[in-house]
Amino acid sequence: MSLIGRSVRRKEDPPLVTGRGMFAADVSFPRQLHMRIVRSPFAHGLIKSIDTQAALSLPGVVAIWTGDDVIDIPPIDFRLTRVEGLEGYRQRILATGKVRYVGDPVAAVFATDAYIAEDAADLVELDIEELPATLDASDAPSEFEPGRLTEPAIIRKGYGDVEGAFREAHAIVELDLSIGRHSGVPMETRGAIGRYDAARDILEMYGAAKVPHWNRDQLARMLGRDRTAMHLHEGHVGGGFGIRGELYPEDVLVCAAALRLERPVKWIEDRREHLIAANHSRQQRHRVRAAVDKEGRILGVENEFFHDQGAYVRTHAATVPDLAAAMLLGPYRIPNYRATGHIRLTNKTPAGTYRAPGRFESTFVRERLMDAIAARVGITPVEARRRNLIASSEMPYARPIDTLGTEVVLDSGEYAGLLDKALERVGWTTLQNELKSRREKGELVGAGVGIFVEKSGLGPFDNVKITVDPGGAVEIVTGAASVGQGVETVIAQICADTLGVDFDRIRVIHGQTDRIDEGLGAFASRATVMTGEATRLGALNVRQKATDMAAELLQCAADELDIVDGEIRKRAQPSGPSISLAEIAKHLLPTSKTRGGREPGLTGEGWFFTHHMNYPYGVHVAVVSVDRDTGHVAVERYLVAYDIGRAVNPMLVEGQIVGGFAQGLGGALFEEFTYDERGEPMNVTFADYLMPTAREVPEIDVLICEDAPSPLNPLGLKGAGEGGTNAVGAAVASAIDDALGTSGAVTQLPVTPQRMRDILDRALPAKPSR
Amino acid sequence: MVVTKKVDVTLIINGQTHNISVEPRRTLADAIREDCGQTGTHIGCEHGVCGACTVLIDGAPARSCLMFAVQADGKAIRTVEGLAEGGKLHPLQQAFMDCHGLQCGFCTPGFLMLATGVLEREPDISDEDLIDVLSSNLCRCTGYQNIIKAVRMAAEQMRSN
Repeated sequence: MSLIGRSVRRKEDPPLVTGRGMFAADVSFPRQLHMRIVRSPFAHGLIKSIDTQAALSLPGVVAIWTGDDVIDIPPIDFRLTRVEGLEGYRQRILATGKVRYVGDPVAAVFATDAYIAEDAADLVELDIEELPATLDASDAPSEFEPGRLTEPAIIRKGYGDVEGAFREAHAIVELDLSIGRHSGVPMETRGAIGRYDAARDILEMYGAAKVPHWNRDQLARMLGRDRTAMHLHEGHVGGGFGIRGELYPEDVLVCAAALRLERPVKWIEDRREHLIAANHSRQQRHRVRAAVDKEGRILGVENEFFHDQGAYVRTHAATVPDLAAAMLLGPYRIPNYRATGHIRLTNKTPAGTYRAPGRFESTFVRERLMDAIAARVGITPVEARRRNLIASSEMPYARPIDTLGTEVVLDSGEYAGLLDKALERVGWTTLQNELKSRREKGELVGAGVGIFVEKSGLGPFDNVKITVDPGGAVEIVTGAASVGQGVETVIAQICADTLGVDFDRIRVIHGQTDRIDEGLGAFASRATVMTGEATRLGALNVRQKATDMAAELLQCAADELDIVDGEIRKRAQPSGPSISLAEIAKHLLPTSKTRGGREPGLTGEGWFFTHHMNYPYGVHVAVVSVDRDTGHVAVERYLVAYDIGRAVNPMLVEGQIVGGFAQGLGGALFEEFTYDERGEPMNVTFADYLMPTAREVPEIDVLICEDAPSPLNPLGLKGAGEGGTNAVGAAVASAIDDALGTSGAVTQLPVTPQRMRDILDRALPAKPSR
Repeated sequence: MVVTKKVDVTLIINGQTHNISVEPRRTLADAIREDCGQTGTHIGCEHGVCGACTVLIDGAPARSCLMFAVQADGKAIRTVEGLAEGGKLHPLQQAFMDCHGLQCGFCTPGFLMLATGVLEREPDISDEDLIDVLSSNLCRCTGYQNIIKAVRMAAEQMRSN
């Protein structure tokens, strides 16, 4: 029976439930030093001097570095979406001259003990002259440094005749919308351990995640080493969500220090550091307008938005605004479009991607726009959406636009069909009646819908190496990474099916740059699609080698043979003579006499190349109630309907969706990094950065559909990672509007109780509070 | 900043005695992990909110990041490493795997110890109270639904055992 499509239990779990995991903090080496970073207490300032004397005199302190000590190491480069003009805004591994956010690394302390390193860091005296902080990305640009403004680049995308569309419009709707600054905030903070092995002249970094191969190349380049002499190792990773595993200053520092101090160097981030130093995300303000005809059909959309990049441009470069501009179009037919995205630097923590980057934001904007269009032309929000959806007969649908260097071609989709299924699943008509009667009794309850297109399977390649050893064990080595999503299980399922071996005999190795030369890692919901298809191709190669050898031994043609549970036999004779893969592996040993002219080893590689992403899509339905007195928004019901082409492991897909939803809920209602007027961060502990707990996350309904397999890979796979997050802000906002009986009440996320109270005061001024 | 003299402390973790010498300021979480080598207990926030470092002390769940090692001197500490007995997984461990109650697994030891402590004291805990208890720890991957399912499943099994 096929394993693809079955909710197989995870390979990853046994060590994790028994306390045998190997997270970054669990990695230790003899004689290791501990690094502690001294961070800027000011959002913006001139570094006058740094006095390390007192700190250096503390017993156990081995070295303290400031910017001048690492001036030879170049700033951290861009991994994705490089656009012209951004280079001068990259972050050095220790600040020189200026500090630009609270948390900016200014010195690194190395000591024999983590407690001593922290003591010493407190003794480093910083003389910093505070400068005024730039905090609002939609203000006019200010000076970043002489000759450079805080607007390094503008993203421009579009097509058609936007002016004409607005000239001919029956109506124009305009909105000013903001998305709050929040981020992935994995439960494991960052960590990195650098170790130099002089005997082999190999520099190693442990604690890698997400993109170990790219980071290997960068570290090698920055430290002037051959990439073959730089190894990165991924252990267990306590959550990724886009932010973890990117190359950060601390990763470079531990490696440089391991080389120069000739001792292993370990750095484990604390939670306060994490909340001010690891990538933030999401903060954007959109001024959007749509031209519509009298039926509510969109003629054109124009969007000018401001992307708050924070203090530096990190590895993601223009990724988030680029995606926001391209993916704002969603599932709708939009004949004319223009997006202008201002990338703006502010004196806040630098920003990067977070699960559904550019889509959580732009879906909120687009779906708010659809609600506004509905209100303007007097139709229901569902009807406004339905009238604008791209039809399945139009697939594949090429948008004259690109993102992440790929053309946007919506590969497959039954958008209206999924909307129907979602509405049927929640009993939309009955629900409307129930909500209406509850509202008549004075309750503030409502329902909202958000429809979106996701993207997944970013190329351009992925590869695996598969080996069957003479004992019959199958090893798959891949350049993919695991951030907790279950990649080992999914890859093993695909291999088990394709090769015909027992799932339990398969071991998946990932994130080890010394085991495989190339790899792109885990981001952009790519692993199941890209690594999955590479695995299928690799398994077919192994299968071919095995049946070729077996055909000689069984005296038949290779195509007469099948492999089931690791045994090769004639397809026509299921109970006939057989030979195991283990036996075949022995026949293919270099010393084997039966091998003949065949290459030694029962191994195979699989390479999958693609130039296009594929596009899963979904519908979120939220039912919320608003507490008039406290401003608390409770999610009573929630549905995520998601078409991912083909679900390799439905249990894991559902897990991705529910977990993604919880993060979306955080961004919709609770989580926000705020700053005071001097740029001091206000949310530096879990007591004031509020992530949803078991109390806030309702039980949600998940409908996984496979109506539109991707034509871009034979299994039809699309990615599952981000669809649970994408439309939560949009659907919750729409539901709040419905609860209040108004349109456009929610213009800003997250809808915290304070903001909800303000909305209530504006929307229901006449109603006395009880 | 004061570097202080180390003191002798005896930590009894999962029935095994660890005689260690630590500074009075050393957290119990650090002592369990670094001095006793039991790295299954994780540190997620160091200020008692996330609960990743939850262990049982004399049967009750406690945040090991909020205690000093010296405060646990001589007390019976249970960590995730001690849950399985004789190679057989604890019902909670099995239920977390069966219900997909973990993804990255970083918060899992804390949830397992929190739930163990609660179910041992209150085997018939109501669903509502259980959610209240579980809301004292943070998970960033699962959205909690499968954790709640897993704990309910294990509770049932523990009652029938």
